[in-house]
Amino acid sequence: MLQIENLHANVADKPILKGLSLTINAGEIHAIMGPNGAGKSTLSYVLGGRPGYEVTDGSATFDAQDLLEMAPHERAAAGLFLGFQYPVEIPGVSNVQFLRESLNAQRKARGEEPLSGGDFLKLAREKAGLLKLDMDMLKRPVNVGFSGGEKKRNEMVQMGILDPKLAILDETDSGLDIDALRIVGDGINSIMRRPDKAVLLITHYQRLLDYVQPDFVHVLAAGRIVKSGGPELALELERAGYAEIAA
Amino acid sequence: MTATLPSRRDEAWRYSDIDAVAAAWPLPAPESIIVPAAGSFKRAIVQDEGGIRQIELVIGKGAAASLHVLNIGGAYGRIELAVTLHEGADFTLGAAQIGGGEQTLEIVTTITHAEPGATSRQMVRSVLAGTATGTYLGKVAVARGAQQTDSEQDVKAMLLDRSATANAKPELEIFADDVKCAHGCAIGELDAMSLYYLQSRGLPPAEAKKILLQAFVAGVFDGAEDEEQLQALALAKLGELV
Repeated sequence: MLQIENLHANVADKPILKGLSLTINAGEIHAIMGPNGAGKSTLSYVLGGRPGYEVTDGSATFDAQDLLEMAPHERAAAGLFLGFQYPVEIPGVSNVQFLRESLNAQRKARGEEPLSGGDFLKLAREKAGLLKLDMDMLKRPVNVGFSGGEKKRNEMVQMGILDPKLAILDETDSGLDIDALRIVGDGINSIMRRPDKAVLLITHYQRLLDYVQPDFVHVLAAGRIVKSGGPELALELERAGYAEIAA
Repeated sequence: MTATLPSRRDEAWRYSDIDAVAAAWPLPAPESIIVPAAGSFKRAIVQDEGGIRQIELVIGKGAAASLHVLNIGGAYGRIELAVTLHEGADFTLGAAQIGGGEQTLEIVTTITHAEPGATSRQMVRSVLAGTATGTYLGKVAVARGAQQTDSEQDVKAMLLDRSATANAKPELEIFADDVKCAHGCAIGELDAMSLYYLQSRGLPPAEAKKILLQAFVAGVFDGAEDEEQLQALALAKLGELV
């Protein structure tokens, strides 16, 4: 589904990713772990097409399309979802309005019929219920006045509504208490654990992986993947620390 | 109001399209509106073909008036308001000016609190693209003895291109000592991270900009006559700019 080869990327002319390669197949859940400054968030933004993240070498192919040539909204329509580490607050724009317009823009790009207001609300209510987020919150301006945990659950509600093929979740577990972590973990499993979907979890900690069991765990350090393994690698990291493993 | 053709040396015309002003000169007498004591008045003004429009509004004791203005049309569109508030009167202005290309749009207000206890609220939002110029000149004059005046100017402009210009000048002239005159003014650009966030969910860039701009001007038409129509016209104009 996603093939990243020898990816190099700069932020503000500073090289951050230095030859990263990774292949993710449908049905797989991958976790990328690594110390601060390793390039984890940069990887998610490069894959999501954020302006200012300049690819200097290498390639990323998503479902046989050149991902790096696509605009952010085209990547979304192709089935890529980026869960933000810091979801953005947008005063004056209601969640449901923007999500419905986003979903219908995606459907239009794929040549599908738009979803009616009634059908959309039904879908939104179902996904909000899944993440135990009050439907009233979805009618409020995007993330404004939301707690850290509510913002992350809102990201997962958005993921549920947009129904992507590949979700890249950048530290979705940070800022969550124990209960919220379980709700978010269950949400990820129920939305994304399908044979035709895949997930890339970016995280500092093992604890999210207790709820969302990865098939593969990778260690990112200094801009490239230095070690890959199964779920046991996360436990090993938790025990020994990054310095030991990445060295 | 000026009797002779103004030049850019006149403060109230400093940013104007003087050629367009000259073509329109001499101006007809300003429209006069008098709201009697304890009365109420509401009007929506859509300026969509250019020109200079002057309104003198006198609000009687205990009366309330609200104007909602959408300034979007023509090469040069100027709306000038001279408002006089008597004791305990209330005035609300909600205005949006949205321009692109080489448009010059202006809202010029003089709000005179002639007597005590009157309130005035002005909320103005400008969205400017291309080489358009949008100007708000707003003077609040508080007369001697007009105590307990409560006035507010809330002025914001959004520049969609680096070549567009926004001018904002709130001005206070106060001859009383027990008054509240708030003024806030900000000129900015669309937030890059918000734009990216919306696009990452599938909105094409123009739609993402439009949704942010819609939020930016939202609120100015609250409580207006024909609020929905004003919102729809504003949205259509925003759609032309993004």
